[in-house]
Amino acid sequence: MAERTREDVLDDLDRVDRIDGAGSSGPDQPGEPDGSVGGPTPRPGRTRPPRPAGSGPVRWTLRLVAIGYVVVLVLLPLAVMLVRVFGDGLGAFVASVTAPEAVTSIILSVEVAVQSVVINTVFGLAAALLITRYRFWGRSALNALIDVPVSVSPVIAGLALILVYGQNGWFGGALAAVGVQVIYNAPGIVLATSFVTLPLVVRELVPVLEEIGLEQDQAGRALGANAWQRLWRLTLPSVRWALAYGVVLSLARALGEYGAVRVVAGNILGYTQTMPLLAAQRYTDLDENGAFAISFVMVAIAVLSIVVVAILRPKEES
Amino acid sequence: MADAQRAAGIRADGISKRFGDFVALDDVDLAVPSGRLTALLGPSGGGKSTLLRIIAGLDTADTGTVVIDGQDATRLPPQRREVGFVFQHYAAFKHLSVFRNVAFGLEVRRRPKAEIRARVHELLELVHLTQFADRLPAQLSGGQRQRMALARALAAEPKVLLLDEPFGALDAKVRKELRDWLRRLHDEVHVTTVFVTHDQEEALEVSDEIVVINHGRVEQVGSPNDLYDRPANEFVMEFLGPTTRLDGRLLRPHDIDVFADAAPGTVPAVVQRLQRVGFEVRADLRRTDGDQQTFWVQLTPGQVETLDLAVDTPVWVRPARRAAVIEPALT
Repeated sequence: MAERTREDVLDDLDRVDRIDGAGSSGPDQPGEPDGSVGGPTPRPGRTRPPRPAGSGPVRWTLRLVAIGYVVVLVLLPLAVMLVRVFGDGLGAFVASVTAPEAVTSIILSVEVAVQSVVINTVFGLAAALLITRYRFWGRSALNALIDVPVSVSPVIAGLALILVYGQNGWFGGALAAVGVQVIYNAPGIVLATSFVTLPLVVRELVPVLEEIGLEQDQAGRALGANAWQRLWRLTLPSVRWALAYGVVLSLARALGEYGAVRVVAGNILGYTQTMPLLAAQRYTDLDENGAFAISFVMVAIAVLSIVVVAILRPKEES
Repeated sequence: MADAQRAAGIRADGISKRFGDFVALDDVDLAVPSGRLTALLGPSGGGKSTLLRIIAGLDTADTGTVVIDGQDATRLPPQRREVGFVFQHYAAFKHLSVFRNVAFGLEVRRRPKAEIRARVHELLELVHLTQFADRLPAQLSGGQRQRMALARALAAEPKVLLLDEPFGALDAKVRKELRDWLRRLHDEVHVTTVFVTHDQEEALEVSDEIVVINHGRVEQVGSPNDLYDRPANEFVMEFLGPTTRLDGRLLRPHDIDVFADAAPGTVPAVVQRLQRVGFEVRADLRRTDGDQQTFWVQLTPGQVETLDLAVDTPVWVRPARRAAVIEPALT
């Protein structure tokens, strides 16, 4: 058998390929035990659901209700706002969003959003890897804690931050002694924003990491890759779309956060006033058009985010 | 292959591993001769995959040492053990092309680009995937993916190649072809190879040496013929092929001679059922003396014709002269 030449081996492989369905970029082997091997695994929401057994009228009613609901709840208010924003002409809108306090609020909001998104991307990746790859004491507790920001009112988050970092809080005094003011200052806003956006990246990454499993990383180890090489060459490329989606969601959420920021920011005009705070302030000051103008900026950013997500999403299917 | 792989042996001594209360490996010693193709054979959950993963460093043993190529590897992380590992479910890097998959081990070692290209093409040729170099793993069939995984594992010239149920996820026909191919590939490459399987036919056909593992212990080590002809115990005998019992003794159903007339040492029996499966006939017999014990014999259609066997035909049987027999345990 040792005398066989390489050509013999190759010939045999040709035979195997014919049996194995090679050449066709065809479907997976039948009976592939884990559907994660790149096959056409149907994902929920991706495949067209079978038509309901109900008759035409049922479908039409359902469709009307769904569309009507979205129109009344989302589209109508936004459309009315749009009319109000540009009702006084483009000049009034531009003047309103380029006013000094508006510019400051836009810059502050963007700065805060970027910082908390960076923090939560790093933390989210670390937490998601921890949850999916390791079994440790307190794992389920961590998993549950990550969801707390979604279930708790943002106002409570803000109040809790004041209890910890406020003047009479646990660390507040010590931090003030070294010249760091957290509450009524940018760091507090970043903390509050990070709190409310904390689960978004983690929740996007965990299912994808679970689907990938451990073997890819172990294969990387056996092939001589160190932890950084495995992270940069294997893990991050595998989760890049989920990560991008989580980042965009976090960004949109961070820009719009009102409750938690309202509590810790103190709403100091031109200093700790983010876009949502300014919009609310203008509204209470009876500058309705000004409030709608700054709201429009936020809506525009949010819509842009959704568009980006919509473009990203199909690419998740490789 | 042009670049002669360094042949290296593996020694594992006193390996124990528990998962909670479950004892996966119980003080196992293993010696894999260099340049050979060794099978770890046993039932699922017997500990063979755990042993392979401990050799690779993907799991750590509770006790014991692992020596690869004369070097103590017990405390080395897998990335420094210079082993190639092939997973049952391929563990393909789905976002990388076939070329980049195979190149991975060389890229992380920062080898020169030209060297990587040459080496990868050489390996793709070896596993006959050259024309698929730019495809993604998802565009390959299962057998092709596993060959890619094999090329990837061989790329950085490992000291040993470890395969964990490499053909377990493939369908029967492809599995058989690939195992023949693995045997020939090994004859070409000569890298010390250990592969885990629960398929005794696969182990008997492919390997130079078989290590039978069950309940976390090594039951027997030997060449395929050794194990088949001289099984150390009932477990090994039963695991390596069909068995039946005559006079309390365990033996293979093809090791029972059947006669139409009484002969020295025979016992009388009667045919209860004849079932033909391809080229073999399975004859269920019942003894007509003593305790009316039932057993079965593997015959060829020719033998059935010569003996003129049918249901209720009386026959005389005795173990064949060179039969592998496990005597009943003394209680």
